[in-house]
Amino acid sequence: MGVIVRIPTQLRELSAGAAEITLPAGTVAELLAALDAAHPGFAERLHDGDGQLRRFVNVFVADEDIRFLDGLETPVADGQVVSIIPAVAGG
Amino acid sequence: MAHVDSLRCRECGRTYDVAPIYTCEWCFGPLECAYDYDAIAGAISREKIAAGPPSIWRYADLLPVDRNPAVDLGAGYSPLVRADRLAAELGLGEVWIKNDTTNPTNSFKDRVTSVALSKALEFGFKVAACASTGNLANAVAAHAAHAGLRSFVFVPANLEAGKIVTTAVYGGNVVAIDGNYDDVNRLCAELAGTYPWAFVNVNVRTYYAEGSKTLAYETAEQLGWEVPDHVVVPVASGSLLTKIRKGFDELHKVGLLDAEPEVRVSGAQALGCSPVAGAWLEQIDTIKPVKPDTIAKSLAIGNPADGYFALDAVRQTGGGFAAVTDDEVVEAIRLLARTEGIFAETAGGVTIATLKHLAEQGVVRSDERVVAYVTGHGLKTLDAVQDVVGPTATIAPNLDAFHAAFDREDLA
Repeated sequence: MGVIVRIPTQLRELSAGAAEITLPAGTVAELLAALDAAHPGFAERLHDGDGQLRRFVNVFVADEDIRFLDGLETPVADGQVVSIIPAVAGG
Repeated sequence: MAHVDSLRCRECGRTYDVAPIYTCEWCFGPLECAYDYDAIAGAISREKIAAGPPSIWRYADLLPVDRNPAVDLGAGYSPLVRADRLAAELGLGEVWIKNDTTNPTNSFKDRVTSVALSKALEFGFKVAACASTGNLANAVAAHAAHAGLRSFVFVPANLEAGKIVTTAVYGGNVVAIDGNYDDVNRLCAELAGTYPWAFVNVNVRTYYAEGSKTLAYETAEQLGWEVPDHVVVPVASGSLLTKIRKGFDELHKVGLLDAEPEVRVSGAQALGCSPVAGAWLEQIDTIKPVKPDTIAKSLAIGNPADGYFALDAVRQTGGGFAAVTDDEVVEAIRLLARTEGIFAETAGGVTIATLKHLAEQGVVRSDERVVAYVTGHGLKTLDAVQDVVGPTATIAPNLDAFHAAFDREDLA
């Protein structure tokens, strides 16, 4: 078991094409660290120089934007789905 | 022909070949078309534009599309109306309304959709799709029907009933999602990675967004190749405001304006969904996403992708922002209709209410030539006003009843 992280198409070159990866983690920060450990390169793509998420990177835990939760400290549980999605908009 | 050399990331500047892509693979920043402005300057002229069609395609040299004919229902070239009676009410001088309610499906989304689906055909797509708060749904369904493309339109299930009907009538697929626009958009971002569809506001957004520049081009052409001093633009994703500013700058780059434009740009949001106006009012650099709660559903994007660029544009040009209440929106719809004979949807109410706020604050000044962008028709959001306007009197069909209802002295 573990947390399921959905990889956007733009980053699948880092995950050998995998669209979903299951990793053990207790928070979003831990999950993204585990992702970078398993597939080096994710951290520099997702984070800016200050260790925060880049401003056009959105992360959702169980369909909720982590900016409405506890940000990178948002807890995650086994079986939950975490999606990484670029900002888009229409109208 | 299109003079687009490449696509460029607005965040980090990395460049990409022209393709149906929309975000930088490196930093997820949005991509933008990069033009060869010298080539455009050599190809374009005021005379050539004047001889072009009465639609956005009169500015084809400044749009990222090669396909001819384009997917064209006649979007654009809408009236620029001098609004003296509105100006007098607001204590302003020269005010114009760019009345984009007159488009084929009655909102400015026909401009962006015409560009997006023309490009989609160029790329060989067979299916058009979008996430929408309603207006884009109408435009995509109609233009897809006209182009013979299948369509999938995704909307929040709580949308105004009229906007569902005016999308579904074109015969494509309309999928109502149990969630708000940002939920719909997130699903579409994932669908766009799954199916080879032209999602106009996802994978062809780079081209789609360029269609909004035509609102600036038309404004300048209709003012005799001059620019306004100040524009007031509604903000949802922030793309429209950003592109209107870009449009004025481009006209100068390609030699169509005599002087470098100095246009102050102000943004309009509803208080119930004001992530960009909120950042401006709080004087902070972070745009915090919000859960929308406003009658201005066509502006109800809580997580605006171009919000940072809209904020930059307003700051750099010395404009302002206002966040207006739903009651002010309704009042502004009535004000515009009563003074100028233009019936705007709720987004137009947000724009006019913002104009009123900024006039009262002295941000928009009486010595400025002002253009307010009214981007959708009031028939789309009848719910907003149906309880506050109605018959002046309901009477029996005879003169006595009429005279009982109205004072004779008042009728001459």
